[in-house]
Amino acid sequence: MSAAAEHGHEHHPPYLAHHFFNMNQQADSVKMGMWLFLVQEILFFAGLFMAYIAMRYIYPDTWLAAAEELDKVMGATNTVVLLTSSLTMALGVRAAQMGNNKAVAGWCAATLLGAYGFMIIKYIEYSHKLHVGLLPGKFYSFEGLEQAATEAPQIFFSVYFMMTGVHGLHVVIGIGVIFWIMMKALGNSFNSENYAAVENVGLYWHLVDLIWIFLFPLLYLVR
Amino acid sequence: MSTTSLDGVGHDSAGTNYLNAKRGIMSWLFTIDHKRIGVMYLVTVLTFFLAGGLLALGVRAELFTPEGDLFSANTYNRLFTLHGAIMVFLVLVPAIPATLGNFVLPLQLGTLDVAFPKLNLASFHIYVLGACFLLFVLITGGVDTGWTFYTPYSSGGGADGHVVFALMGAFILGFSSILTGLNFIVTIHKMRAPGVTWGRLPLFLWAIYATSVIQVLATPVIAITLFLLMFENIVGIGIFDPALGGDPVLFQHFFWFYSHPVVYVMALPAFGVISETVTIHSRRHIFGYTAIAASSVAIAAIGFLIWGHHMYVSGQSELSGTIFSMLTFGVGLPTAIKLLSWIATLYKGSIRMNTVMLYTLAFLWIFAIGGLTGLFLATLATDVHLHDTYFVVAHFHYVMMGGVLFALIAGMHHWWPKITGKMFNESIAKVSWVVVFVGYNLTFFPQFIAGSRGMPRRYHQYIPEFELWNQLSTIGSFTFGLGLFMVLGYLLQSIFKGEKAPANPWGGVSLEWEALSPPVEHNFSGPVVCTKGPYDFPEAVSPVGHDH
Amino acid sequence: MNSLLLPLLGARAAEAAEGATFWMPPQASTTAADSDFVFYFIYWTCVVFFTIMMGAVGYFVLAYRQKSENDKVPLMKGSHALEIGWSLIPAVFMAGMFWFGFQVWIDLAVPPADSMEVRVTGQKWSWSYAYKHDGKIIKEAGADAECMKKVTDPTRDIECNKPLRVPAGKPVKLVMNSIDVLHSFYVPDFRVKKDVVPGRYTVLWFEAPEPGEHNIFCTEYCGDKHGYMYSKVIVMPPAEFDAWIQKRADETVDGPRPGDQIFAQEGCTGCHTTDGSPSVGPSMKGLYGKTEKLADGSSVQVDDNYLRESILVPGAKVVEGFAPTMPPFQGRLSDEEVSNLIDYIKTLAE
Repeated sequence: MSAAAEHGHEHHPPYLAHHFFNMNQQADSVKMGMWLFLVQEILFFAGLFMAYIAMRYIYPDTWLAAAEELDKVMGATNTVVLLTSSLTMALGVRAAQMGNNKAVAGWCAATLLGAYGFMIIKYIEYSHKLHVGLLPGKFYSFEGLEQAATEAPQIFFSVYFMMTGVHGLHVVIGIGVIFWIMMKALGNSFNSENYAAVENVGLYWHLVDLIWIFLFPLLYLVR
Repeated sequence: MSTTSLDGVGHDSAGTNYLNAKRGIMSWLFTIDHKRIGVMYLVTVLTFFLAGGLLALGVRAELFTPEGDLFSANTYNRLFTLHGAIMVFLVLVPAIPATLGNFVLPLQLGTLDVAFPKLNLASFHIYVLGACFLLFVLITGGVDTGWTFYTPYSSGGGADGHVVFALMGAFILGFSSILTGLNFIVTIHKMRAPGVTWGRLPLFLWAIYATSVIQVLATPVIAITLFLLMFENIVGIGIFDPALGGDPVLFQHFFWFYSHPVVYVMALPAFGVISETVTIHSRRHIFGYTAIAASSVAIAAIGFLIWGHHMYVSGQSELSGTIFSMLTFGVGLPTAIKLLSWIATLYKGSIRMNTVMLYTLAFLWIFAIGGLTGLFLATLATDVHLHDTYFVVAHFHYVMMGGVLFALIAGMHHWWPKITGKMFNESIAKVSWVVVFVGYNLTFFPQFIAGSRGMPRRYHQYIPEFELWNQLSTIGSFTFGLGLFMVLGYLLQSIFKGEKAPANPWGGVSLEWEALSPPVEHNFSGPVVCTKGPYDFPEAVSPVGHDH
Repeated sequence: MNSLLLPLLGARAAEAAEGATFWMPPQASTTAADSDFVFYFIYWTCVVFFTIMMGAVGYFVLAYRQKSENDKVPLMKGSHALEIGWSLIPAVFMAGMFWFGFQVWIDLAVPPADSMEVRVTGQKWSWSYAYKHDGKIIKEAGADAECMKKVTDPTRDIECNKPLRVPAGKPVKLVMNSIDVLHSFYVPDFRVKKDVVPGRYTVLWFEAPEPGEHNIFCTEYCGDKHGYMYSKVIVMPPAEFDAWIQKRADETVDGPRPGDQIFAQEGCTGCHTTDGSPSVGPSMKGLYGKTEKLADGSSVQVDDNYLRESILVPGAKVVEGFAPTMPPFQGRLSDEEVSNLIDYIKTLAE
């Protein structure tokens, strides 16, 4: 059968793992693996969204009032930043498919710029909250919210920090893997046969972006 | 099937197999060979089973008398908590998939390894890391929250011990499970040898496939649950603790959303093993291949919808309870179909009453009881009476422990020649089986009676009217333990003194039996092609006139 | 079987309660018989199916044992008729189980309109009950002190804890709440159970037709003394119950209770002793006036203010060596009652 013929005679480039017969099988497998990984990431975040829904259901007025303390402008800016970085990442994947390693490195750098930008804006937001006492759970000490009108405002901020915190952690991990791809591109690793790694990192980054697209309105644009 | 011209003795042309091809502890700890990884998992899982088992014997020793006279209440609570946490997270989840699954899956697919061998090794190391956290907790005196970590007791309501460390341990272990599941799904999709169609996939692999899907989808939910509970403890985020504004029943929903499907992560691979053993050792084609494959998928799917049957009396609405009860019966049906199909497989077979078959038959008995007693708990009215009593303890030990363990033992014996290249002593094995089976039933059956009569769970001491059942159970547990030590004994002995095993001691026709016993490092010495189904034994004769 | 095994095991011959069967305790509530019907419907269905299945296994194993090396077996991969049959028949039985169970479930879900309401409070590790009668709130809590002195076997605590008294032949609705962690209220003889949850109320109802005594167990793990959280339901003839509750109403003085009564009724004895012996929390003996070292390293003198704070907001200053698990009594005790409690604690100073 064809498998027997292929394994013996097809070229075995250094980027083809020994247990795969050919690049097709490898690339297919790696892509499927990545999708499965993303599915479980979605389930992970789904738990956080469930916590949001449950707590908002119990404290609807608190949600409305507490969300006002978030900076919509910064949130919206972050949304634009991440969306742009998704675009640059997608362009990087295209460059990898064409074997243009220099462009891959360039687009990765652009994506990293977006990622860092996101984290910087996040830092600004977080430090403001630290400063005024808008913190989760037992660290909450903000005086500004009408205590009579809002029950348990610290819970909103617990949910806010858990969701944006876990998301931010994923952004940091994304920075790491995009940096790794950039280094590989600088080492001329990618070509039209071998670009799965870039594609998969791209998928990851798109998911990180997508999650933020949901987080932003749910936390910042509560009406 | 393509055959090699080798003589069936465990060596390839270079004289090595996967066990001796590379030597030294580093060649094991950093191996990417799925067979070595499977063996390492087997050793660690059985070690943790021993630890969890000793804790259980401590619990049963205390319960021999009604008074709480052996341990303090606090110590007892830590004993059963650690017993549960170790058994669920460290033993039952990886018990079959990570051990036998890792070893057998690529062989049954006719391929070299899993899709991501390095990820496979990472899964193992992550498992060990998670285990270290739980072991740290064990050594520093344990926790007393129960393995279910219900809030608010576990979120500042009085729990003792390093709760956050225990949660970290379970959290880390989840990643091992997810990555293994991911690996297996891709392997089954992308790395089947030519001729291994979906319709020719051994049922063990259908089971592993369904299991892996659950692992990937459900485990992240317990991960986030434990993560949130950690922060509830550290920061007081107020999601689960009513004193902080949270909802303790919400925790139960989060927890059981994973913890119900996880019992199918445990049970489905067990079912897969039984499909293999009941066929090979009766020489009959499996009855209802499609039904069994489909029922694995159905159980996985329905299993996600029924977590609320752990919560009928939790204070959730009566309507929720009703819906969950209806759906729970839905999962009973595919399970019953499997059991009946295995029994039908024995019909007009040529049954070898060897150790593997004995454990297979024991499984049928045990899982029948376990599954049927689940009906009492699925039913609303009876669960009100039986919830949180020893009836539940008996039920889950019959399905999870009895089902998984007996299938694991059956599978270990079935693939022992393949894994070790040695045969074990059948006579000692059969005697041990008697001790194990009698001990097991004596341990857990009386617990049904104690439970239906009203004895609650997690009780350090109890009123004297439950004494007889507890004494029977304790005697059973020590007997059962003795039997398991006997099994360990003769299996270890076989490694050193056992007869050399042929490549195909049982006459199987699935692809793993094409490999040598033990297999060479790269599984097969040449390319593999599959030309028949995994249960197309040569003994089968078409009845004249019709063919199903 | 008991009489054969008991001497062998040394198991205590517990009296079989009247009306108990092999599997079930006596039926002491109006819904128990219906609940048991469901149980036995499932039970006999299971027995029959189990016997058929294991019978088949047994028969096949005997009849189809390997006879020779050259055994032939028929090529049978399935049978649609059999598969449909053994899917439909269990499905029908399962539908029946669901239906019967659902019927009783609905009964249990709706307390009768004329139920007598009793408030139940669960806490670590005791139950307390409150009735409304004659415009008064009657609390039944704590343990009978004289009785406790005679008890050496903790499993017999059940005899001393204040029971839940109810009239026979009248429906009783329990409105339940926990002040700390999850508990669960279970009366095996009535076949009823409901979790007792902090932060919300849960409801359970029953009607006991005959006078008698029935065990109450806590069935949601709640820490050290989860297994000691015993109580009893004492079902009294209606006239006796009426007399009892009237007497209790007459005894109940409106207004703040004396300190020792508060100490007994609010579950303090669950974690604090009065004789100096160690427990979950510090002993009250010799406490007033003592200098205590706190968990954060600082010291505090135990005076009125400290005691008041520790009762109302116990997490504020936790003594070193003890876990911060005392539930707050803010809102549960009036100022006067807090003062009475402090006065009582003062009397225990050496």
